[in-house]
Formats: sequence, C-alpha cells, structure tokens
Amino acid sequence: MADRSTARLVARLLGLAAAMFLFAVFVMPPLYDVFCEVTGIGGKTGGAARVRDAGVDQSRTIEVQFVATNNGAMPWEFGPRQVELRVHPGEPTRALYYARNPTDRPMVAQAIPSVTPASAARYFNKTECFCFNRQPLGPGEEAELPLVFVVDPELPSAIRTITLSYTLFDVTERSPDLVAKVAAGAAAR
Amino acid sequence: MAHGPAKGIKRWLFTTNHKDIGTLYLWFSFAMFLVGGLFAMIIRAELFQPGMQLVTPEFFNQMTTMHGLVMVFGAIMPAFVGLANWMIPLMIGAPDMALPRMNNLSFWILPFAFLILVATLFMEGGGPNFGWTFYAPLSTTYAPDSVNYFIFAIHLMGASSIMGAINIIATVLNMRAPGMTLMKMPLFVWTWLITAFLLLAVMPVLAGAVTMMLMDINFGTSFFDAAGGGDPVLFQHIFWFFGHPEVYIIILPAFGVISAIIPTFSRKPLFGYSSMVYATAAIAFLSFIVWAHHMFTVGMPLAGELYFMYATMLIAVPTGVKVFNWITTMFRGAISFETPMLFAIAFVILFTIGGFTGLMLAIAPSDIQYHDSYFVVAHFHYVMVAGAVFSGTAAVYYWLPKWCGRMYNETMGKLHFWIAFIGFNIAFFPQHFLGLAGMPRRYADYALQFADWNMVSSIGAFIYGAAQILFLYNVIATIVAGKPVKEAKVWEGAEGLEWTVPTPAPYHTFATPPAVK
Ligand code: HEM
Ligand SMILES: [Cu+2]
Repeated sequence: MADRSTARLVARLLGLAAAMFLFAVFVMPPLYDVFCEVTGIGGKTGGAARVRDAGVDQSRTIEVQFVATNNGAMPWEFGPRQVELRVHPGEPTRALYYARNPTDRPMVAQAIPSVTPASAARYFNKTECFCFNRQPLGPGEEAELPLVFVVDPELPSAIRTITLSYTLFDVTERSPDLVAKVAAGAAAR
Repeated sequence: MAHGPAKGIKRWLFTTNHKDIGTLYLWFSFAMFLVGGLFAMIIRAELFQPGMQLVTPEFFNQMTTMHGLVMVFGAIMPAFVGLANWMIPLMIGAPDMALPRMNNLSFWILPFAFLILVATLFMEGGGPNFGWTFYAPLSTTYAPDSVNYFIFAIHLMGASSIMGAINIIATVLNMRAPGMTLMKMPLFVWTWLITAFLLLAVMPVLAGAVTMMLMDINFGTSFFDAAGGGDPVLFQHIFWFFGHPEVYIIILPAFGVISAIIPTFSRKPLFGYSSMVYATAAIAFLSFIVWAHHMFTVGMPLAGELYFMYATMLIAVPTGVKVFNWITTMFRGAISFETPMLFAIAFVILFTIGGFTGLMLAIAPSDIQYHDSYFVVAHFHYVMVAGAVFSGTAAVYYWLPKWCGRMYNETMGKLHFWIAFIGFNIAFFPQHFLGLAGMPRRYADYALQFADWNMVSSIGAFIYGAAQILFLYNVIATIVAGKPVKEAKVWEGAEGLEWTVPTPAPYHTFATPPAVK
C-alpha cells in the first residue's frame, strides 16, 4: 500500500516534526536569551561589560537602590551594605553586599540580578560582580560580595532611579565541585 | 481484499481498517469525556458553596489539572481523529488510510498514555497539580514526584498525534479518487489537512517543552530555572507557541463538521466554499504569531503588548468570514431542525459569543484585569465545549445512521440537545459575571460575594453532565435497536461521496475508485 511517493512524503513529514522538536529545544531558548539581551527586556543585566570611556556626566545624578531577596527556602543571610548610592552617569562605582551561611553544612549560592525599570537594564553595566560566579560558603562562614558598575551616559533622561535587585538561589545540589572545595578548606582550617 | 472483519477482540487489537480504527477512537474519546466530566463534576461540587466541603485543596488542584488534560488530549482531539478516520477516506473516495498499520499503532498508544496519566492520581504525592498549562517552576521545582509519568504520558500522546497527522496528510495528498481535485474536497477534509500540518508543527514543540522539564528535574539543566541562568517565562513562550495553535487544532475540524451539516439541513450548497478554505489557511497561519496574548501580564515591553494585541484581533477577520458564510448558507434555505442541525446552529451562536469574549481578552489593557479570572474560563468553554464538543456531538448524530444503518430517535436527540444547550449556558454564562467581578480561576474556595453565581453554575454543570448520559443512551439505543435505514443518502439534502456508499457503510468501500464529476 505504502508506495514510493507515500514513503517519500512520510519521510519529509517526519523530518518536519523532528526539525520542530530540535527548534524547540535548541533554538528557542538561546533565541529567547538573545532577544532579551538585544532588547534589554526581562531586566537581565548580562555578564561583564566593557565600558567605553565616554567621560562622566556631572550634570546628572542617578539614584541607584539596592535590594536583596532569598529565593524559596534559601536560608542564607543576604543583603546590601548600602541601601542606595547617588552616582553620575559614566562614573565607575563600587557597591557591597554581604552573605552568611548560618547552616552547619557547606552551601553554594548563585545570585541573579535584575534591574527595574527594565528599560534601564541595557544602560546598567557591571564590570565586576559577585553574580558572575557561584558563591560557596562553609558552615557559619560569611563574605563581602563586591560589584562595580557604571551607568551609561546614554541612559534615557526620564529615568532618575534605578533599582538593582539580586535574588539568591541555592545551587548546592548542582555544584558538587565547589561543595567539595569548601569542605576541604574547612577541614584544613 | 474483500474479506469481512476478524472475529472477537482480535478484530479490534489488530485492525488496520479505517472504520474500525475510527470507531475505536470515538469510543475511547467518549470514555475520556466521561472521565474528564467526572473530574469536572467534582470541581463544580466543591465550588457549589463557599468553604471547603468535599475535597482537599491539593486534590482540587489535581482535578482542575486532570480535567483540562483529559478533555483536551483525551476527549476532544481523539474524537476528531476518529471522525477523520471514518470520514476522510469516504469523502475522497479512498479505500482506506494511506498508512493503515501506523494508524493502528497511533490509536493503541493512547489508552496506555491515559492509563499512565490517570494512574498518577493514585501515586504518593498525587497527580499533576500545576494546571493543564503546567507552567514551570510549578511543574518542575515544585512538582509532585509523579511528574515524570506525566511527562512520559505527554510524550506518548504527542507521538500518537504526530503519527495520526502524518497519516491524514498522506491520505489526503496521495489517495484521492481521480478527479477529486483539492478544491473539490469537502471542507471537513480541508480543515483536517490544515490541522494535520498544525499538529506536525507544534506537537514536537510540546514534546520539546516536556523534555526540557524532564532535563531540569532530573539532569540538572536549567532551561526554566533562574538559579542556573534559565527563565520560567521562557517556558510560557514555548508552551503557548504550542498552545495557541493547539486551540485551532481543536476547533478547525469542528469548523469542517459544521460546514458539512449546515448545507445539508439548509438544502443549499455551502456559501463561499473557496473563501472558507482560504480563511482556514489564514487562521492556521495567524495562530503561529499570536501566542503571547496568553502572557500579557508577564511584563512584556509595550511594543510586544501592542503587537500581540493587534495580531490577535486580526484572527477575528477570517473567523468572521466563516461565521458569515454559515449564516449566509442558512439564509433563505429550506431549513429543517434535526438534532445535528440544532447542535450546528447552537455552535454558530455560542462559538460567536466565545469569539467575542476572546476579542475582549485580546485587548491587552483589559486582559490585565481579566487574566486568570473566571472570564477566561467562560471564554474558552464557549469555544471548546459549545464549539468543539457541540460540533463533535452534531457529527455523531449526523453520521451515526451511515455508520450503523440505523436512525436515532429524533425526539430523544432533541431532548438531549435542549438539556445540553440549557445546561451548558446555565453552567458557563454566569462565569462571565464571576470573572468580571474578580473571581480568580483555579482556587478551591472563593469569597462570599461569588456564592450565588457559583451555585447557579454548578447546577448548570450537573445538568450538562446528565445530558451526556442521555447521549450515551441515545447512541447505544440507536446501534442496538434504532429504526433501520436503507437509503444511501440518509439525509435528503446531503451531498458528497460518503452518501454514495450503501447504508450501513460496508467494511470495505471504494476498492475501485468512484467517478468524481
Ligand atoms: C476570535 C478568536 C479568539 C480570540 C481573539 C481569543 C483570545 C484569547 C485570549 C486573549 C486569551 C487569553 C486570556 C487570558 O489568559 O488572560 C484566550 C484564552 C484561551 N482561549 Fe481564546 N481566543 C479566540 C478563540 C479561541 C478558540 C477558537 C479556542 C479553542 C477552541 C480558544 C481557546 C482558549 C483557551 C483554552 C484559553 C485559555 C488557556 C488557559 O489559560 O488555560 N480561544 N483566548
Ligand atoms: Cu490563544
């Protein structure tokens, strides 16, 4: 019954289905990330930025607010050292967060940044950030978490306040390498 | 070639006959319709009064989830695949489907898929409780342990649908009788051809979505987990990239059925045949570019909101063409109101109401208010129940005499119609009010001011549920003891090849292709 032309048609249709599956798994997620990055939506601030030296715009002052949240049942103490900073666009500025692991086991955390308003995200450049790496802490250990950022002078003039928020996620389970390192460090001490 | 069916259970297990497989699909779908209906009755019984009466909130969540999954994937989709199996070869003058063995496989996967899905309810931690849209992280980080079985069941259903779609496309493109050009095909065949392409394009995306969930849950990836650099909103984009075409997968074959029934009982050819074909194709195309109208509240940029709002409204144009054509077909026709026609007319009216509420929801600023309220629940039950389910019911009454050579009892059919019609509207019309007044969907309890309309809605739901028992009775009574019909053309106004074969349709038809004028 299944003659040659039917067999060829079925092969093509199966190919279409397979292509759509691959599209969903391998194309849509990266495409989504690229789209968010290009448009700056989602409030994601991206990785380390190379800052072009456009000079400091002394005429404007931007209020940068710092917020911290723990995701789900993350037990760490986590917060900003300063509630807000007033900065000029183009001026590299250093800010600090702190974290403490109050539990009796080594843990690893990942901070995910987000900027509000979302339209400011593409003008908020971090040259250095604790969020670029996962952060391991042994039992009872604490750490100062630095970041350095520059607000792009191109920031739309309507924006006067930027809120930078970090959500701290527990990634201990998916970071056995770092857990082992912290545990070894604690044992040596 | 011309042997009859095998005897006993083996006939059904090993059959490659399109009529047998169509029958299997239809009975399976009806069984799932009753199971999903039972879940709905539990939901409405709990919501009959404010406060918690019958079930725990955890179980309530499993009921709303399973109701949606079973109805969409178990009841509505297989019903139309069953109709396609029965009718497409008869309508295009083919002896059978192009790939009869694959046809058998694609049916027999389904009972296993749903056995697995329903079995999760009895597992420790319960069944899926994250809604039929299974948004991450509810369905990943916070899912019950049974989620892996849910994922496996979805994979099986997807495989079954993809095989069914391939079979339908191959049949329509390669098996038409000589002279049956594409533009002579009945609309039911056209709508199914286009639906099959939609299925092929988006069921793999659904499979991709559950595969990514599986990886996130078990293998440490983070497609949808912000902690690892993923994004839960990505899940919603992928789901609705599948989900919106899916709602047209459900409704397009229903359009095809209505386009067959209305001309028969208006005794006029369908008005605007070619515009119907183009409108169907346009709807299918548009369905790929409007998905984020389900996501107006996730925080899209203004340009995105506006684009998805206008694109969604554009769908109302081809949809309006269809409604216009059905009404014009009826206009000045010699109409008679047999049961299939009653269901078809109710379809046109109620589906149009659902289309209008869809338009209201498409307006982004108002959707921010209506989203996830009972208004949305009312909208999609008008298009899916009064749309797809009414159309399926109409199809059964319309073709049952051809299938089994016996006529249903018209009085009983009309009784079924009126109980279903009234019950449906009592159940779902008040949900518009509840939604506009602010009642959120998917909760086991509600504030006191919503009590009255919830009670009304529950009563309507029980009436509509009871109507299905009558439906089952009518179908069985017809098969067992209906008045025999002999004429090939069961309905005097009917046109098409399916009415040229003897009644009841013999086991093998069109072994030699018919002549098509
Ligand atoms: C004129 C045509 C239509 C328009 C403009 C439309 C628009 C919409 C919009 C904007 C929503 C999202 C509401 C929200 O969640 O806030 C929605 C939800 C929905 N629509 Fe439609 N719709 C149309 C036709 C249909 C049809 C034909 C079907 C299916 C047969 C359908 C099924 C659904 C379903 C199932 C949902 C809810 C999904 C969920 O969240 O569970 N719609 N519709
Ligand atoms: Cu939609």
